[in-house]
Amino acid sequence: MDNVLFEYLLRSGDNCLILSQRLSEWCGHGPVLEEDIALTNVALDLLGQARFWLSYAGEVEDAGRDEDKLAFLRDTRDFRNVLLVEQPSGDYAHTTARQFYFDAWHYLALGELSHSSDGRIAAIAEKARKEAAYHLERSVDWIIRLGDGTEESHHRMQCAADALWMYTGELFEMDEIDRAAEERGIGPNLTALRAPWRVQVERTFAEATLQVPAGQWMQRGGKRGVHTEKLGYVLAEMQFLQRAYPGSQW
Amino acid sequence: MSDWPLWEVFIRSQHGLAHKHVGSLHAPDAEMAIKNARDVYTRRNEGVSIWVVRSSDITASSPGDKEPLFDPANSKVYRYPAFYEVPKEIKNI
Repeated sequence: MDNVLFEYLLRSGDNCLILSQRLSEWCGHGPVLEEDIALTNVALDLLGQARFWLSYAGEVEDAGRDEDKLAFLRDTRDFRNVLLVEQPSGDYAHTTARQFYFDAWHYLALGELSHSSDGRIAAIAEKARKEAAYHLERSVDWIIRLGDGTEESHHRMQCAADALWMYTGELFEMDEIDRAAEERGIGPNLTALRAPWRVQVERTFAEATLQVPAGQWMQRGGKRGVHTEKLGYVLAEMQFLQRAYPGSQW
Repeated sequence: MSDWPLWEVFIRSQHGLAHKHVGSLHAPDAEMAIKNARDVYTRRNEGVSIWVVRSSDITASSPGDKEPLFDPANSKVYRYPAFYEVPKEIKNI
């Protein structure tokens, strides 16, 4: 099995899957009907992307695991998503900060992946990039509205931006899998995405009258399967049905 | 958020020539109304163009004026272009 490719696909797929699951928590609880539908659309876009990545991962692994088995029958240690996407939805400011940090990175990463030497990755990324462009437009919009809104919304938005900042470093980290993927032209040098990502953050926060957090220390581990305790709760809810009633379909 | 104004949404479909009223929604401003309209009304590939207009900016005819406004158009058959000989070469009018 091509372990580098398999791991790389799991990372892409798990980022989308776990963030989608987190966003789904808002379904039926959105602040207004229109926003409820809009956020659920984003969740569904990401779920669709997760299916593409995980289906491909299952084929590469060639061990009889399809997208469903990969999504519902792995435990926390086997998930490869970054820590950012498993963080709790919190209030709308936390959901928005998490989404903005991720979308700004995701859009850049997909742009690079659309030139991947692996034709299937390039095709998935090309399709997903259009969706990510809209997600980013939406999250930029909300950062500005909440940041440059009322005193309370500004305060909450700044708190959320600060609280999630330490989970952004991992997005640009290069480990041996990333380096091997880069050498083969499968994926980009993630560290090189940090500068354009930072430009996007600075420009958006300036317009939103928010301070760019100054923290240097960053959490890491998600890409290697070392997660925060939060992921266990996400999986418990997401995987309950398949764990309790194995193989059931609907 | 209950103070968000109401907007009327018009969508031009894939092959449609004119925008058609599809419904309404709440949004704080025009920009957000377009985004919300995209998410609420074009999820199934319905459109290629969206217009939004503040509901309060629409002037509507009064239902009470229905008779004076529309009844006079009844039984005026000469207003239909049905009495002309159409030359064979002309396919559409």
